[in-house]
Amino acid sequence: MSAADTLRIGLAVEPSSIDPHFHNIQPNLQIARQIFDFLITRDHKQQLGPGLAVSWKAIDDKTWEFKLREGVKWHDGTPLTADDVVFSFGRVPNVPGSPGGYGAYVAGKKATKVDDLTFRVVTEKPNPLMLNDLSTFAIVSHKHGEKATTENYNTGAAAIGTGPYKFVEWVRGDRIVMEANKDYWGGQTDWDKLLYKPISASASRVAALLSGQVDFIDNVPLIDIAQLKRNPNVALSQSPSNRLVFLSLDSNRPVSPFVKNNEGQPLWPNPLRDGRVRKAMSMAINRPAIVERVMDGGALASGQIVPEGFFGHNPALKPESYDATGAKKLLAEAGYPNGFRITIHSPRDRYPNDAAITEAVAQMLTQIGIKTEVQILPASVYFTRASKLEFSFAFFAFGSDTGEASSPLNGMLTTFNPQIGAGAFNRGRYSNVEFDAAMQEALTTMDDAKREQLLRDGTAMVIRDHAVIPLHFQTNTWALRKDLRYEGRTDENTLPRGVTKAK
Amino acid sequence: MSAFVLRRLMQAVLVILVVTLIVFFGVSVIGNPIDILVGPDCNQACQAEAIAALGLDRPLVDQYLLFLANLAQGKFGTSYVLGSPTIDLILQRMPATLELAFSAMTISVAIGIPLGMWAGLQPEAPSGKAIMVASILGFSLPTFWIGTMLIVVFSVELGWLPPTGRGPTVDLFGIPVSFLTLEGLTHLALPAINLALFNMSLVIRLTQSGVREVLLTDYVKFARAKGLTNRRVILVHVLKNVLIPVVTVTGLELGNVIAFAVVTETIFAWPGMGKLIIDSIQVLDRPVIVAYLMIIVTMFVIINLIVDIAYSVLDPRIRLQRSAT
Repeated sequence: MSAADTLRIGLAVEPSSIDPHFHNIQPNLQIARQIFDFLITRDHKQQLGPGLAVSWKAIDDKTWEFKLREGVKWHDGTPLTADDVVFSFGRVPNVPGSPGGYGAYVAGKKATKVDDLTFRVVTEKPNPLMLNDLSTFAIVSHKHGEKATTENYNTGAAAIGTGPYKFVEWVRGDRIVMEANKDYWGGQTDWDKLLYKPISASASRVAALLSGQVDFIDNVPLIDIAQLKRNPNVALSQSPSNRLVFLSLDSNRPVSPFVKNNEGQPLWPNPLRDGRVRKAMSMAINRPAIVERVMDGGALASGQIVPEGFFGHNPALKPESYDATGAKKLLAEAGYPNGFRITIHSPRDRYPNDAAITEAVAQMLTQIGIKTEVQILPASVYFTRASKLEFSFAFFAFGSDTGEASSPLNGMLTTFNPQIGAGAFNRGRYSNVEFDAAMQEALTTMDDAKREQLLRDGTAMVIRDHAVIPLHFQTNTWALRKDLRYEGRTDENTLPRGVTKAK
Repeated sequence: MSAFVLRRLMQAVLVILVVTLIVFFGVSVIGNPIDILVGPDCNQACQAEAIAALGLDRPLVDQYLLFLANLAQGKFGTSYVLGSPTIDLILQRMPATLELAFSAMTISVAIGIPLGMWAGLQPEAPSGKAIMVASILGFSLPTFWIGTMLIVVFSVELGWLPPTGRGPTVDLFGIPVSFLTLEGLTHLALPAINLALFNMSLVIRLTQSGVREVLLTDYVKFARAKGLTNRRVILVHVLKNVLIPVVTVTGLELGNVIAFAVVTETIFAWPGMGKLIIDSIQVLDRPVIVAYLMIIVTMFVIINLIVDIAYSVLDPRIRLQRSAT
């Protein structure tokens, strides 16, 4: 095999496991997508298509029947059957020691085999997100997975998939090697062999590409993009991300821990409960300036929850225009002509330029009279404190893994309610009964057009109420050798199968 | 001698227990790993499941007792994030770090001592002064900057050496090492030099000041008066006496280099333990942090033991029993 047919990839983040059900994080998912297949596939904009399941029909509101692709074989040559699917449904929520797997996507679903190539999924209540849910987790082999532990997948013993590449070896921190599956149902790619090198330091990853040690890198740092664009030996690929960067406001409690009056005394009532104050804060933020100067152009200013092209995107909602004078006026109208004091909290190095964005926001708010202090914390401390509701005003980001709006709306903005699993990441504890009702309806509305309208209206409702302050969608950037091409993806996945030689 | 070694090992066990206690409770105070680890679609029920799966729903004291009980059976625990036994994770990466650390220390000593001797013997010569100035740069420039510069110059611009990673390994007494192949050496060169620079500078300065001091002592004057050759005076009388502080510092620094090679490992994507521990601290992967520190403490104890023994060889006046307290 010639070296030319090996694709060498410099990865920013190494997977934590090869077990595709162990931990629901992007670095694991992108590796799983090479070795395993999914019932439903996602394209570069997270739009759904047939994968191992080729056709489906709803028998009634709660029962779906799926047909499996014919002739699909596991890497050991045994054929794929509905048994493997049923087994995978059972394994997903039961991986010992999993720090957060895909259980949420199979909860309330029961899979049964009809014949070798047919299976049914019965849900507890109508579930319009069935296909999105089935696009999230990999199908593993019953034969190899039954007695397998996560460690057996890591060593490769159980890493027998149906995917385009076969697992060869994984040396943690050093390399992952895969070779092409010559019998792949989806056809062959330009690469016989894959060599992943984890290179977490951004500057080194770029240097590895420039020196020719690797052909393809992900997570190109914002600061290097301009220079790489000028480099004739490098091709760049960019795409908006599904990840929204936003500011969360403590809009519920009568007194908020980090909101003070100008004398530094606790402020009652909490001004963040007033929609006008929240609107003024949003108007005070110059999003184009953040995108241009803080993000070096590597972001897309946002006025809503999901980017264009996603189910539930509301074309009527534009990013809030920057208007400091108007913001001051509105603040005065709300009874705070001299503003107040607040502290904004942010993690460092969890998201691109998180601390710098926070500092910029603080300066902009201070200009309209809201004297904003910045406190930056390591992620390990930050998220625990955030979940304990210790902040008043905080920086977060939220990606839509399902490629549509109901997942972020439900996770970020519905009223916190553990009984129905709503608002798990609603750290401002925003609560709007009308919006909750619309979301509940959307989650069980099978008619796509009607559901999309519900999501659009729901988004408009919370955005006009300034429940959170959306800032921007991140941009994902990849860089390649000049003769290669990659179509950028909203889900941040780095998929060698998508890398082609330029003709 | 054996009583001394035994006492040292018992001290080590005590230190290890204290370390586990501090780390165990300290990490729990910082935060809950689940808050960092969960994906966006993990609702409250899913988070509760994950907390239970990692055993974090039990009282902290129970968690600690369970940890001790497992430890007594030789089980060091399983990583929250990586799902593998911590001891395997650490031991798998240890050879790479040890190789890097020993290469770096070898370079520091092999280059640092001769240069330091030269600078000490010729303090007024331009070459001696140049060595001392270079040594100041060596320990004042930050490692990450030098590392990045080395990559830019030798990999990107000149294309002589690979910028990242470890070369192919061969087994030496069952331990995978990469310095026996040419490709392995080319991968090792830049990170080893980067890691060596600070210590090399330290060794140069220690040796230089030691030489200047020893040259003035009576026994050196006496040795010269006896008519010994210059070569014998320098290599035996001077060098041997200069070596004692150098051995101490090298020993301590070896421990430091092994435990904290993380900056170099990160820049050069070297698959060692440093990267593992930093990642683990960031996501509060307590089992890995505890196991790692236990291993590092053991290592420091062993290195100090070796240093003490080396003293007694270099200077017979030093007795081990006394330094054991």
